[in-house]
Amino acid sequence: MSPLGPHPSLCDIHDLMNLAEQVRAGNIRAVSRLISLLEDHPGGREALRLLNSTSRGTRVIGVTGYPGAGKSTVVNCLVNFYRRQGLKVGVLAVDISSSVTGGALLGDRIRMQEHTLDHGVYIRSMATRGHHGGLAQATGDAALVLEAAGYDVILIETIGVGQNEVDIVDVAHIVVAVVAPGLGDEIQAMKAGLLEVAHIIVVNKGDLPDADNTLRDLREWCPNVLRTVATTGEGISELAAAMTVYQQSRDVGHIGEARNC
Amino acid sequence: MAVTSAPLRILIGKVGLDGHDRGVKLIARALRDAGMEVIYTGLHQTPEQVVNTAIQEDVDAIGLSILSGAHNTLFRRVLELLKEQGAEDIALFGGGIIPDEDVTTLTADGVKALFRPGAPMQEIVTFVKGLKSHG
Repeated sequence: MSPLGPHPSLCDIHDLMNLAEQVRAGNIRAVSRLISLLEDHPGGREALRLLNSTSRGTRVIGVTGYPGAGKSTVVNCLVNFYRRQGLKVGVLAVDISSSVTGGALLGDRIRMQEHTLDHGVYIRSMATRGHHGGLAQATGDAALVLEAAGYDVILIETIGVGQNEVDIVDVAHIVVAVVAPGLGDEIQAMKAGLLEVAHIIVVNKGDLPDADNTLRDLREWCPNVLRTVATTGEGISELAAAMTVYQQSRDVGHIGEARNC
Repeated sequence: MAVTSAPLRILIGKVGLDGHDRGVKLIARALRDAGMEVIYTGLHQTPEQVVNTAIQEDVDAIGLSILSGAHNTLFRRVLELLKEQGAEDIALFGGGIIPDEDVTTLTADGVKALFRPGAPMQEIVTFVKGLKSHG
């Protein structure tokens, strides 16, 4: 393998092949650079073909939900959970770009700092760059890069969403919606949108006084509603278990077209 | 929104024990407003965390605020680690209360710029934007 040049070009096939080889070998800089190339050049998917990636059974978990509900903290807990199982974990954390300046403040990884020095964890912040739907345009491609680099679990955190940012459904095998108590009554659960597409709903900040009401309202309409307190880790192993049950049932075709809500 | 070119990606954070983060947050906000993607790491980072984050995030530059007096040790350690990782192409700049003689030696060692109290925000933004042309 040649050493990585500082700025591999999409136009140079040798650069790309070298990059792809290093991605497959799990080189972090190569992973980062390939993701940047895919972000900066939406037409650059040719680069992905060079990875020759075959599906390794990587689990792609989407974590979505309202702004401030605790998505990043839930993701941090899930990283802990899967690391304890010895799995390599990739995180793609999406935040919104300013529609005025194009700039973005990417702050999700602040909640995941305990993993910064763990070589089994890769965390990448992505800005939406004008893409609608709750993800960046390149988020799905970035997940493929992480799969090729040998990550066993990929957690994708969407921007804080409203009711119409549901692209995550097309990218992740399973979608967890994180809500917090006190953000509305059962009518919200009856509406189309986020709660409709989630396979599992998590009421985070479950130690707040209003949590019981929120759980009761949501359970009227959705079977898979769990309580977590992500700041302490409470409820996370139950969440992981529920995800496994869901995926096992899906793998053998029990779920079919059905949605939880 | 039309995105015409790839935005600069900049890691902004604080290293060491000092917890004065008003200034660094203003810088993060100003760079965001100048159209950059700012990865804000928050407080109490170690040089190892900063460099690992910079590599995972594929940033063009690292900007660190240090008001604790430990600038000589911390900036040099970040430079060392970038070199160890073969990532010297990531520019390092910073801000803080840093005496003249330390500014001279740190910039000679490879810190691209050091901004001190009173530095106009526009000067900092212009400096960071200029990093792009150096590739």
